[in-house]
Amino acid sequence: MTSIQFAEATVRVPLPGRGAREILAPTTLTLTERRVAVIGANGSGKSTLARLVNGLVRPSSGRVTVDGHDVVREGAAVRRMVGFCFTDPAAQLVMPTCVEDIELSLRRTVKGAAARRERALSVLAAHGLADHAHDSVHSLSGGQRQLVALAGVLALEPTIVVADEPTTLLDRANTRRIGDLLFALDQQLVLVTHDLDLAARCDRVLVVDDARVVADGSPAESIGHYTALVDA
Amino acid sequence: MAGLHQPGNTVLHRLPVGAKVLGLAMLSLAIVVVRDVRSAPVFLLITLLLAALARVPVRSVWRAARGVLLIAVVAGALQWWWYGGAKAAETFLDLLSLGLAALALTATTSVNEMVDALSRWARPLRFVGIDPDRVALTVALTIGALPGTIAIARETRDAARARGLDRNPRAYLSPFVIRVVARAHESGDALHARGIGDD
Repeated sequence: MTSIQFAEATVRVPLPGRGAREILAPTTLTLTERRVAVIGANGSGKSTLARLVNGLVRPSSGRVTVDGHDVVREGAAVRRMVGFCFTDPAAQLVMPTCVEDIELSLRRTVKGAAARRERALSVLAAHGLADHAHDSVHSLSGGQRQLVALAGVLALEPTIVVADEPTTLLDRANTRRIGDLLFALDQQLVLVTHDLDLAARCDRVLVVDDARVVADGSPAESIGHYTALVDA
Repeated sequence: MAGLHQPGNTVLHRLPVGAKVLGLAMLSLAIVVVRDVRSAPVFLLITLLLAALARVPVRSVWRAARGVLLIAVVAGALQWWWYGGAKAAETFLDLLSLGLAALALTATTSVNEMVDALSRWARPLRFVGIDPDRVALTVALTIGALPGTIAIARETRDAARARGLDRNPRAYLSPFVIRVVARAHESGDALHARGIGDD
């Protein structure tokens, strides 16, 4: 399993005339478990923590490495290893049709238009989306859109999948469908979620509160800590 | 008028992208330059034949024509007022022809084929330090962003209406611009996450 390491990683954003606000306090972690959940309130810093893993957010100080590759200095190499799935697939799907969007993902890795088309169609078929290959991404349901977005991530065969609240906009049936797909992956999964049922299926759960990791342990321990925090 | 790519194996699908773009440019130029009401139905017939040759479904032709119809009606009405019926008919039909010609191109050419072609054409820009792939992708994304931008415009207008502010342009324009910029940032992050632009 791959290893994600945070070494005193801190994220601060400057506030004009008021110094800086800490989005993530110095964090030191090593994530080697196959399924890691990150839970916490809105604005607590959990998405920032997830975005550090593929360099979407750069640490203000400290380091984040993925299998020894620094996410800042070796960003391209890290992004080849880390796939990222966003909350809102509408922002992630940028091409008019499903197959064209998957092809866009494959531009770096598959040379030749015909080979890209063939691979994109096979990726869609593998996720039960063959019938929607030539549909507009805007005509799909929320669940189908998230599935296409995830298929676009998996098409690149990353070794780690980071999913930032991938089920927040979905109904219960689609939440289950996307959850089952994520938990069936061979890749290491870092799942940011508000869904405690999904978090409970992970090997390790981090609780982020007010820019700090305040609990880190088994699902039972961490979810217990989080619910106590919410109820307090 | 940018229609969805309709996969197929027609003559138009098999033509190189460059030939199609050149053909579209020449046809569009002819439609605009030839100022004769008798030529307008001929151009419309040609573009309808092109759409038929590309086997574009009637539904797509109608959807695309509907988009430009409103503009054509308004432009035609103004022409009628200023220059009379013949000029109005010519303008109306020419606008429809231009729309259908564009549809024949977009229906037979995928965005990625277009990106590949634009990237090839933009290669000389390397000499001035510009990445042709980025230029091509930017053009494609700009076109691809249109439906999403229209959706944001509708949502923002509905939100303003729901608050009884539909006659206040600030209640509509400010959130619209903010949301479009936010969506652009999100899409930029998504492209970055996919490693696009890393190479």
